[in-house]
Formats: sequence, C-alpha cells, structure tokens
Amino acid sequence: MKSLKKIRIALAIIFFIPIFLYLIDFTGKLPFHLHGLLHIQWIPALLTLNLIIIGVLFLLSLFFGRIYCSTICPLGVFQDVTARKSRFFAKKNKKKFRYEYVKPQNILRYSILALTVLLFIFGSSFLLVQLDPYSIFGRMISQIFRPLLIWGNNGLATILSGMGNYSVYKVEQNTFVPLAFGITLFFFLLIGLMAWFRGRLFCNTVCPVGTSLGLLSKISLFRISIKESSCNQCGACEKSCKSQCIDSHAMTVDQSRCVSCYNCLTVCKKSSMKYEFGYKKQNSTVQETPSNNGRRTFLLTSGAVVATLAVAKANTVTAKNDATLTRTPIMPPGAGTADHFNTKCTGCQLCVDKCPMQVLRPAVLQYGISGIMQPHLDFSTHVFCSYDCNICSTVCPTSALKSLPLNEKKLVQIGVAKFRKDKCIVSVDETDCGACSEHCPTQAVHMIDYKDGLTIPEVTESICIGCGACESICPAKPYAAIYVEGAKTQILANKPPEAQKFNKKVDDFGF
Amino acid sequence: MKRRDFFKSAAVVGLASIFKPEALVAKSANGKLAVHSSPDLVAVMGGEPEVMLVRAMKELGGIGKYVKKGAKVVIKPNIGWDKSQEMAANTNPEIIGALVKMCKSAGASEILVFDHTCQDWKKCYANSGIEAAVNAAGGKMVPGNDESYYQKVSFPTGVNLTEAKIHKAILDCDVWFNVPVLKHHGGAKNSIAMKNLMGIVWDRKFFHSNNLHQCIADAATMAKKPALNIVDAYRIMKTNGPQGKSEADVVTLKSLIISPDFVAVDTASMKLFSQVQPTEMKDVRYIAMAEKLNVGTQNLDSLNVKRIKIN
Repeated sequence: MKSLKKIRIALAIIFFIPIFLYLIDFTGKLPFHLHGLLHIQWIPALLTLNLIIIGVLFLLSLFFGRIYCSTICPLGVFQDVTARKSRFFAKKNKKKFRYEYVKPQNILRYSILALTVLLFIFGSSFLLVQLDPYSIFGRMISQIFRPLLIWGNNGLATILSGMGNYSVYKVEQNTFVPLAFGITLFFFLLIGLMAWFRGRLFCNTVCPVGTSLGLLSKISLFRISIKESSCNQCGACEKSCKSQCIDSHAMTVDQSRCVSCYNCLTVCKKSSMKYEFGYKKQNSTVQETPSNNGRRTFLLTSGAVVATLAVAKANTVTAKNDATLTRTPIMPPGAGTADHFNTKCTGCQLCVDKCPMQVLRPAVLQYGISGIMQPHLDFSTHVFCSYDCNICSTVCPTSALKSLPLNEKKLVQIGVAKFRKDKCIVSVDETDCGACSEHCPTQAVHMIDYKDGLTIPEVTESICIGCGACESICPAKPYAAIYVEGAKTQILANKPPEAQKFNKKVDDFGF
Repeated sequence: MKRRDFFKSAAVVGLASIFKPEALVAKSANGKLAVHSSPDLVAVMGGEPEVMLVRAMKELGGIGKYVKKGAKVVIKPNIGWDKSQEMAANTNPEIIGALVKMCKSAGASEILVFDHTCQDWKKCYANSGIEAAVNAAGGKMVPGNDESYYQKVSFPTGVNLTEAKIHKAILDCDVWFNVPVLKHHGGAKNSIAMKNLMGIVWDRKFFHSNNLHQCIADAATMAKKPALNIVDAYRIMKTNGPQGKSEADVVTLKSLIISPDFVAVDTASMKLFSQVQPTEMKDVRYIAMAEKLNVGTQNLDSLNVKRIKIN
C-alpha cells in the first residue's frame, strides 16, 4: 500500500521530465516523437476526439481517481514540485506537515467549469485556452523558461565566439509577445503562489479539468478512505494532504478533490488509510453535506454563469471587428478554416516552440479575445514559413492543425501574396531587386520584363501558398511592396509548372 | 610613439619574420610585379568534382601556394537554401569536401566554412550535404545567423555600398576561398562569384534597396579578397534561380572555373552559362560595374587562360 506513492512519483517523473525537456529544447536534438506525450493530455485528446486516449484516461479516472492530475498533467506535477520546494523554506517544526482540511470552493470551481464548457459550446474557446492546465504549462515554458535558457545560451555563445569558438551558436528570440508574456507570468505567479502555500488549490478551484475529473473520481472504484476502527485521529494524513481534502476529525475524504497522490497512505502509522475498492462503502465515505452543498451551489451559480456568459460572448463579438486588425491573420498550415482552428487551438505554444523559422507567434487580438495566445504567422527578415517543413501540423496535439504530409503541405494556401507596384523598388528607384522572387519557393512570385532590361515581380495567385518569404525579404520601406493576405479557409494551390528540360550536350567552354 | 615602444615593436616584427619567413616570401610571390607562368584563369570540364579541382589546382601551382602551414583558412560556399545537391541551389559538397582536404594537407591549422543563409541555417548546412562533407574532411562549420558574428568594414571605393558588416571569420583568417555555384538568379540575373559575397555580409536588404547590381560590384572592391574564386559548374541551375523548383531547372555541365579575378571568373562563367540559357552579358550589370571599379577584367583574351578537358 505504501509503495503506491513511490509508483505515483515514478510515473510523474516519467511523464514530466520528457515533456519538460521536449518543450524547452530549442536545439531540436531531442527525439521529435516525444510530442506523443502531449497528445495524451485530457483537453488535447478531447478536442481531437481520440476515442482510445479518451477511453483510457476515462477508465483510469473511473478506476483509480485523478491519476491524470497526479502523474500525466505537467502542470499538476509542476505544482507538486513547487509545493515540495516550499518545504525548504518552511520553519523546522512545520517542515513536513503543513496542510489542514479546508472546505471546497464549490461555487467558484463549478462556475468556472460551467462557464468554460458553456462558452466553448457557444463557440468561444476563451476560457478553455486560458485554463487548460497542459496549455498553461506549455506557455510557462514557452514564454518564461525557454527564453531564459536561450538568453543564457546566447550569452555563452557571445563569450565563446569572441574567443573564436563557434561550438555554441546563437538562437534568435522572435516569439516574445508582451501580452502573451504578461498573461503567462500572471498564471505562473498565481499557480506558483497557490502551490507554494496551499498545494493543489489551483487544481481544485480553478482548473476545469481538475473539477470535471473530480466529478468522475466521486464515483471512482478505488478510493481512499479512513478505517475508523484503527484511526487514532493523529491528523498526519490531513497534514500531508496537498489537496486539503482529508478531514481527520470527521474521518472523511473529499473524493472530488483527492488527486490520488497517496501521500496519506505513506504517513499513516496506524495503517488506517485504505485504498481499496470502495463502491460498497460509498455511504460511509461520502459526506452528505458537501454533495448537497455542491448540488445547491451548482444550481445557485447557474444564473450568474449565464449572465457572465452573455457579457463574454458580447465581448468576443465586438473584438472580432476590432479596428486593430489590418489584415486577415495568417493561420499555420493545416488549420483548415478559421472556425475550426479558433475552436480547437488551446494556445499551448508547442508549434510556436517547434517552428524552426520562428515565424509562429502567439496572437494578441488578431483572432479576437478568444484567440489570445493562438498562433499566427508574423513575417520579418528571414522569418517566414519554410517550404520543406510541416512540423507545426505534425506536433499539434489538439487537432487544431490537421497533420499534413509534406507534399500536401507544400500546396496548402495559408494566404496569398499581394503585390503593390507603387511601393516596389523597381518602379520607384528603377533599379533591379527581385528579392521577393528570389525567395519564392513556387515562383508564384516571378520577374517579368519591365523596361530597359529591368524586371519587376508578378504574382500568379493560383500557385502562391502564402509562405511569406517574399514579404519577409522585401526591402521597400516602411511598407513592404509585397505582403501576404491570410486565408480564412485554407485551400490547395495548384502545383507550380516545371521548367523545360535542357537536353542538348554542352562540350565547349563558350570562351 | 615612444622610442621604447618603437624598439619593442621593431623587435616583435623582427622575431616574427624569423619564425615565419615564408609569409614574407609568399607575399612577393603573389605580388603583381612577380613574373609567373601560372594561368590567370583555369577552366576544367568533364570530370568528377574532386578530380577537376585537383587538376585545376595543379595548374595554378598547387594549394601550398595559397595555404601556408598553420594558416587559418575560410571557405565560403553558397549554402543559401535548404535544398539537396541535385537541385544545384548550393555549391557541390564534394568540391567543398575536396578543398577542405587539400587545405588540411597543406597544413592549415583551422578550416572554417560558413554562409549567411536565406533559409534556416541548420537545415541548409545539413541538407546541402556540405556540413557532412566538411566534418568528414576535418573542417568546421561556423554559424552566420547572428549579427554579433559580423563586424563593420568600409569599402572606400564603393559607390553605393561604402560600409557593411562582414563575418568575422573572413576578417580573422589568413586566406579565404570563394566557392560559389553557377546559377540563374531572379534578381541579379545570375549568381556566381561576386553575388556570393552577399553571404559574407549581414544586411542583405541594403543591397536590394540601394541598386542591387551596384552594391554587388561595390562588395567586390573589398580589401581582403579571396585567394581564389572557385566556380562550381558541375551542376548549374539554368532557370527559376536562386532556389529552383525542380530538377528540370538543373543541367549537369561537369565544369569548374577558377580565377583570383572576380570579373574574369564571372565573365567566363556567364559564357559557359549562355550556352544553356542565352543571357545578355550587359543585363548582368554588376559585371561591367565591377570592371569599372577596377576589380578585374571582362577581356579574357588579355589573360592567360588555361582550358582543360578531362575524358
């Protein structure tokens, strides 16, 4: 029984370390297929409608409670790590046992869950994006830890290259977006502080995944309970419970908040903490009042929920027509339609992290309020969507981006290049340029005769895929003479025609 | 200068010449006044890349003429694009590998290879095949993706480009080789030796917005010229350059053209290229512009040209 905690910790490490390293890795040295660990997260699996993963996670929760929260969810494990760290700073006598039972924040947690679900049903992913625990963790890495690591790396590279050593190379940081950073920092501090002082408070008050799994774990088959006959009410279990869900005086365990960490099993000297098939004893373990309370509060809050929902929905609608939008935002390849993408993407930043060109960036208001954090393409010098790359569509765990084979991705039209002759170097300065055509992988942007031997770009829109190579390199200032207008619905472009083959034999130098 | 400092530096210079006497001799041997029989331009056709390079080098007097023992060497291929060697968008990796090997055998202490790529540099280095060839031959790939690797250099005789940031590897080395691939180019008409200089520069946009051809010609006036321009024409890209769309853009010419003269090597390369894809020499404007800046000559008849066919 006591080894359960060790198994839980081992599992948590097995999931957490690879996920952490994979997300923070900016060198691409770790095995690419590690992204599979992110496909088994709750919300991504639900959004993908991956029935196998959903089934497994569902059965796991039904049998053993919130195993997902204690081992698979990286944010959950992050909180455990934080809570553990806090012990080093706690006073000696309080060192090991510092939690005490508190009542559940039912109004808050059920409201948040209901709001998240209802908003999603009404077409706004706002709360889902902001509150999905896996995605919050992804953003913490992407916006805070990863940039710090890269800064460190670049500092080292500067020192070494100054000495003529190029073994460490610099990595560009293009993905910093103040709003995304601000929101991420807020959640980092909020969750960090909550975990530091109150263990799994976030999971049991804010996290919609935690709350919904709590509903499931209420009826889970294996559960923790207190054997009243041998318990001497020493309170050790209560003090070790980071969910603060054990009431050692009443000898009850709030199943909905228990994250199956099994700490209590280990600390109980009387072996009075049981983890066993608990269905038959439901009456003795589930308290009457909390469940009644829960139901009542659930009903009570519905009114408030609906009201807030209306306000939020109104906000979303107005934001989508915001005047700050200068052009249709460009979605990553595989997004399909704007509706599909904006609904399914949780803004976990995995594609942003893994994009070798760093052209993906978390959106501010490009997609409206709901789409804050969802990735869009942002071109700058040498930063555009690489022709021979389909990484974002491959790694996406939520199916917001459909996985595209490389030859199909090369045809997916994420936007179309628009040429503005009046801004072009060739027509303004009457000198050769052709940077846009030079970078165009399909030659949708090609040079045609202009005058006096000069050539000027022309766009064949039917073969343009909107990769932005042209816009990224256009030297016209301050407004690029060629730019990409995003596609709301991504279609397949025509295959670019091949050049005529040269079959004659050349056996002279020509000079 | 204080007298003491003068003596100090005089002593240092004296010592240096004792330890590295060949450095001084080499200078006079390369100087314009020296009478030499080795050719100004060598063109080879019909062999595999390494065979042609070895043959051409022999004609030019051997690698030892350019690379001294202990020298720090830089090789600048065109690695601009994330394409395989069959696409001829980048310099042939076999030529680069062979050149690294040669420099190594001449006793080079360090052989660095880099390009300021147009696409993701790591993928360009890897998929061009150049990274593997260089590592196998004992050279070292160096990144060119960050401004901090570049240092400001002035071009006193440049018309539009009067200063630019150049990669430090070039500035710090003892000798460097410019090893472009011969290909069509949408903007500059053709990309050969002089156009390849845009890969040692940090701010390429400046070129495009300030008369591309003039800036390319200006770049060729740089003080630290490559010892040789080695133009890879084993495979050339005849159309849709500089990236190419498919292998239909590629023609295998199995040729190699080498000269220390930027203008001559680009002129000769254009004449070879025009047999496949007729191109007006005057439309490749930077060649004439560079000649005007006394970078070199378009008049191949005035040069000692060696043509070699390998069968």
